[in-house]
Amino acid sequence: MTERQFYGQSLANRLLLGTAQYPSPAILADAVRRSGVEMVTVSLRRESGVERAGQAFWQMIRDLGVLVLPNTAGCHTVKEAVTTAHMAREVFGTKSIKLEVIGEDDTLQPDVFGLVEAARILTDDGFEVWPYTTQDLIVAGKLLDAGCEVLMPWGAPIGSGQGLNDVFGLRAMRAHFADVPLVVDAGLGLPSHAAQAMELGYDAVLLNTAVAKAGDPAAMAIAFANATRAGQAAYQAGPMEVRDMAEPSTPVMGKAFLL
Amino acid sequence: MRVLLNGDEQQVEAANLAEALEALNYRDVIVATALNGEFVPHDRRAETPIQDGDAIEVLAPMQGG
Repeated sequence: MTERQFYGQSLANRLLLGTAQYPSPAILADAVRRSGVEMVTVSLRRESGVERAGQAFWQMIRDLGVLVLPNTAGCHTVKEAVTTAHMAREVFGTKSIKLEVIGEDDTLQPDVFGLVEAARILTDDGFEVWPYTTQDLIVAGKLLDAGCEVLMPWGAPIGSGQGLNDVFGLRAMRAHFADVPLVVDAGLGLPSHAAQAMELGYDAVLLNTAVAKAGDPAAMAIAFANATRAGQAAYQAGPMEVRDMAEPSTPVMGKAFLL
Repeated sequence: MRVLLNGDEQQVEAANLAEALEALNYRDVIVATALNGEFVPHDRRAETPIQDGDAIEVLAPMQGG
């Protein structure tokens, strides 16, 4: 099976991890190291000239030696997201951007109209856009038309831990865009959710809260990495088709007649 | 002059954005800047004049999901 790449980048570990909400920077670093995660998401926030909290954080991430995927989290407009992406490109020295244009605060679902518009502006400007989107096939097609080479549909609302709320939609997306790298981003709560996404043929999962808020974040990161690997292996092995009725697995032929 | 630095009012004497950052304790830090909502790349800060009432955003790497 041909391995799909992410803007030409191969990733052996298909668990992508967020860096927020950990009990401490040391616990975050431990989770990344022990799970073998190769790419983490980061953000930009206001920096105080006195405290300079961002400088220590950035040094820690660089020391981990992982790829970084900056996000535009919290942006509600095209202008905000595009400006944030430009600022992220300068600070992080990467043209990768996880594009979020939030449409609504209760569910944090993307404003897909703004998302497509911002994606076009950024890809025209040389960015490699990883759009946080829904399972809508028409929106997905427009994101690809805009130049995106990766799509990241949500599993469930960000931080909810609900898992895959729309399995049909995710399956349809996988079937419809067979050659496109697809990442389930957001809403996963358990390693079994990550395994399920990978069993559907997704190429990676991106999550944060489920690991950061676990009792033992490093142990949970390892569990997610193992589940992601298991789901990927299962997809590649070719899962059986689901049947409505039972079918004996033990051969009926040759069974003794003992009535 | 008076500027809004990351949403807080500050007094600063500077002719351009690079000088303002220097005066506001941002020497030798990795940050990205915006002036009145527009991104100002690092190499344009010295040629970007600032005026009384300008809003300066100074952003740095932070944890994110």
